[in-house]
Amino acid sequence: MTIKVVLLTGRSIGQGRGKEAGKDSQLYMEAATSCELDTSDLKTLGVQFGTNVRVTTPSGSVILVAKRSAQPHPGIVFIPYGAWSNILTDQKTQGTGMPSFKGIAAEISPAPDEKVLSLGELVTASYGGR
Amino acid sequence: MRLELLVKNGFVYDPLNKIDGEKKDIPVRDGKVVDRVSSSATVIDASDMIVMPGGVDLHSHIAGSKVNVGRLLRPEDHYWDVVPKTPVTRSGVGHSVPSIFTTGYRYAEMGYTTVFEPATPPLKTSHTHEELNDIPIIDKACFPLFGNNWVVMEKLRDGKLDECAAYVAWMLKATKGYAIKIVNPGGIEAWGWGKNITHLDDEVPNFGVTPREILRGLCKINLALGLPHPIHVHPNNIGTPGNYRTTLETMRCVEDLAKDGKPCIHVTHIQFLAYGGVDWLSISSHADDIASYVNSHSHVTVDMGQVVFGDTTTMTADGPFQYRLHQITHNKWVNADVEVETGAGVVPITYLRKNYVHAVMWTIGLELALLVKDPWKVYMTTDHPNGGPFTEYPRVISWLMSNKARQRIIKRIPRLARVRSNLSDIDREMTFSEIAVVTRAGTAKALGLKDKGHLGTGADADISVYRINPKTVDPSSQYREVRRAFRRVAYTIKDGEIVAKDGQVVKTLTGRTFWVDPAIPRDRMEQTVSELKGRFEDLYTVRFANYGVSEMLLPRSTPLITQSSL
Amino acid sequence: MTVHDNLVCPFCGCCCDDLKVEVVDNQIVSIENACVLGRSKLEACDADRYTTPMWYEGGVLQETSLDEAVDWVAKTLIRSSYPLLYGWSSTSCEAIKLGIELAEEVGGVCDNTTTVCHGPSIQGVHDVGEVATTLGTVRHRADLVVYWGCNPVHAHPKHMSRYSLFPRGRFVRRRSERRLIVVDPRRTDTARIADEFVQIQPGSDYEVISALRMAVRNEEIEASEVGGVPVERIEGLADMMTGCRFGIIFFGLGLTMSDGKNRNIDAAISLVRDLNARTKFLIMPMRGHFNVSGANIVSTWQTGYPFAVDFSRGYPYYNPGETSAVDLLSRGDCDAVLVVASDPVANFPAAAVRNLVKVPFAVIDPHKSATSACACVTIPSAFVGIEAEGTTYRMDGVPLPLRKVVEPPKGVKTDEEILRAILRRVRELKGGG
Repeated sequence: MTIKVVLLTGRSIGQGRGKEAGKDSQLYMEAATSCELDTSDLKTLGVQFGTNVRVTTPSGSVILVAKRSAQPHPGIVFIPYGAWSNILTDQKTQGTGMPSFKGIAAEISPAPDEKVLSLGELVTASYGGR
Repeated sequence: MRLELLVKNGFVYDPLNKIDGEKKDIPVRDGKVVDRVSSSATVIDASDMIVMPGGVDLHSHIAGSKVNVGRLLRPEDHYWDVVPKTPVTRSGVGHSVPSIFTTGYRYAEMGYTTVFEPATPPLKTSHTHEELNDIPIIDKACFPLFGNNWVVMEKLRDGKLDECAAYVAWMLKATKGYAIKIVNPGGIEAWGWGKNITHLDDEVPNFGVTPREILRGLCKINLALGLPHPIHVHPNNIGTPGNYRTTLETMRCVEDLAKDGKPCIHVTHIQFLAYGGVDWLSISSHADDIASYVNSHSHVTVDMGQVVFGDTTTMTADGPFQYRLHQITHNKWVNADVEVETGAGVVPITYLRKNYVHAVMWTIGLELALLVKDPWKVYMTTDHPNGGPFTEYPRVISWLMSNKARQRIIKRIPRLARVRSNLSDIDREMTFSEIAVVTRAGTAKALGLKDKGHLGTGADADISVYRINPKTVDPSSQYREVRRAFRRVAYTIKDGEIVAKDGQVVKTLTGRTFWVDPAIPRDRMEQTVSELKGRFEDLYTVRFANYGVSEMLLPRSTPLITQSSL
Repeated sequence: MTVHDNLVCPFCGCCCDDLKVEVVDNQIVSIENACVLGRSKLEACDADRYTTPMWYEGGVLQETSLDEAVDWVAKTLIRSSYPLLYGWSSTSCEAIKLGIELAEEVGGVCDNTTTVCHGPSIQGVHDVGEVATTLGTVRHRADLVVYWGCNPVHAHPKHMSRYSLFPRGRFVRRRSERRLIVVDPRRTDTARIADEFVQIQPGSDYEVISALRMAVRNEEIEASEVGGVPVERIEGLADMMTGCRFGIIFFGLGLTMSDGKNRNIDAAISLVRDLNARTKFLIMPMRGHFNVSGANIVSTWQTGYPFAVDFSRGYPYYNPGETSAVDLLSRGDCDAVLVVASDPVANFPAAAVRNLVKVPFAVIDPHKSATSACACVTIPSAFVGIEAEGTTYRMDGVPLPLRKVVEPPKGVKTDEEILRAILRRVRELKGGG
């Protein structure tokens, strides 16, 4: 099952706290790997919150943890800023210097058996080691 | 360190010491003009050249948050005027709102050595000083704004003049400011609600005080604190047809407060404040009325605010005026209110020779300067960048010195503009000596800078040498020679060191920051601070401990301690 | 024990200056008045961090000396033909000035995090201006507050209590005298406390703002709904705006990052400008980092431009889209990078990061970050506002002094000291060569 959504990335308080606690910290990882979905979208996908999902955009694909959003926003998915969400964002700035961090067309599918990578694993996988 | 210089054989114009073009040597040691130097002094051969004290600009918007937002607003102002880095100088940009290093270099390249920023919002004045610190070479200062300050207005409303004076003293010291600046008194507070004040006797909403009371109160305080410069005033109704009446009333309203026949008010960029008529169609020059008043009163000095045709940027603390200018020109507009204290606005403008209104404005600045008989009362400015960039000063100098240069333009402005002013009929031409007064001697005196604007023994060795021979060049007909000479200085000497040669900076150094420390009785100061601390958080969104400018921020802090009568 | 009062918080653009910390034996033992984000920053000094410069030798991460690290950076910058010096928003103005001087010296590009944050807002200002103010005027006068495309409860937690909604002002004393409008595609935690929440479709800000402008000017809107919002609602909002005494729009990355980018800001500023014909109305960007404003302000006064300043021609040149960091990296134009006080590996789109890690690059930062994990050389630095002093500028352009309350770990220098050393070394090498 795959649903099409609009992806928004942005600030969350957990991500803000987490980046100060350290990018290797549990706090940061939990914040930055969460993918907030509307309850009805979760239902359509057939996933429980707390399980893993695969999010894909034309730029890339990443495994994240599905979270249930407190408020309705069907068709919209929110992922906090971070290394994980930036696998999905588009570097094209359309001459403004600003890449596309919000309003990106994305697809979500269940991925219960796939692992969420740690920051170190993600960085190595995406950018190679030194 | 005995750095000795001898500026030899030049034609010296030092009006303060009554030297009017005679051949004279200027000996310099350790940054000061002295009586004589040894034979090992570096000689600067100023033969056939004019020697003047370094230029002193008392009103030029060069530093601070409003100037900076002007730079931000106008990348297009920067693209066509770039300044590459050299081994001696930093790179930069800018025509009417130049970047900070370029500002200092360009002033030095015209022989200016002291420039004052005339308006700074106290809350943001450490920003102003950070920028001033970055300006190379010139000595500088800034004037904090008081005319719309809540504490000032409350104290004046309540008749607490002494407490207000103590507060002003505290503020000058806290912000490292040099003078009391007043812009559109009461009007900017009204602008906090989108309104304005247009009469000297209209009450400021919620504050129960009028512009007249603000002006008189601050004028009295200025005198009581013994400050070196009078209140520096941008009156209500700037840029409005018919405003010459407000300007006259503003000057009149403090006439009785003057002491010993000395100036107690300086009205700045007076060109923008000398309009007759009732609307743009009927706008005319009332420079003659203003000049007539200045001629017959000793308590007021003015500066020109001359318009120069071309593209420039208007910027003042007068928020409501700048909004109006945006409405008139439809140009992009920046507004910047400041809590408790003041405001600001920035709007680009292009003064067109063929625009009848702009042409009338152009005539007025010159009319005023030429109709005021005593050059010690009227100073040359363009209110940079409001009337035009400071790099146009040489052009303005040539207009003051040459009727031919003026007539050339008068012939090409709209006929309607020609008949609305008297400029065509004025044939007065300023002499080099008078130019020295309106660009350095007079301004230094007005600012109370005892060691500037002259070349007597003990003066700061700030000297400009211009490559023009006053004996062979007739500035009236050879006005282009005048421009060329003043545009590219032969030598600029600052603190006794050669900083510019042939219009190029050859050395940079750090200038002084002047500020005023009004010495009031300690118990008064303590009382003021205690009261202020008690209500600071009700006023501001920053804490008392984080307000103000530490003296340590200034690399060459130069306080002037004054004698107050409190 | 030492008590530090009136401390300026070095986290977000609020720059709250009412923090109080107690320090015992060089440790912060208590923090008062900080929000959860400020607290997390103050506690970060104790987090896992490097205390000596690190570099990769033979594929292995090893310690090195400051002199060697500085030498590496200097040589790398000199050898490169188009280096990028990026970051700057989380350090002091004093360090930023050195960064600009260094970029000028090596003919590189000096860009700061504005480029992926409020760069579009600044481009809006270039085009139409701005109607700005300091935060205190909002506290004293505002009876209408709009948060558009931002979520202060999460990103600027004390904003509403200090400046806009809850504080007591001279003319507006209570929350009940103010109204809050929140515009967002999601019902965020901020939206939940709004008097009016307007849920718009993502990417429709430009249309909704344009419709509001029409309504403010009493023009008839032909559509029945715009951006998912019924026209009657839009007209009602316009009435609220024109009917207030003093209104303000605070806006965030919802506008700068969504479709339209700088044009969204252009529209928002134009709306506020239009409103000024009817009432007093202002607009302010919610700046994210505590000194991103300072980076813009210092860059503008020193170079004429607020970010993305290219010195490769020998003078400052600015063209976002061409000289901005993500574009430079995406095109693979830069051949060396110095990152200061920022984490682009975590915050830039992956395609740009892929090119960043291909070139020699170093990072100067107190944190262990995704960027330091990828950098050739990492130079740890002191936390500005905690372990190092300096100047910062609040989101509204008010300058504030950052203080030092604890010593950094032994051997850890300040950004200023490190940059000064690099500049010195660069000049030595250039002078000798």
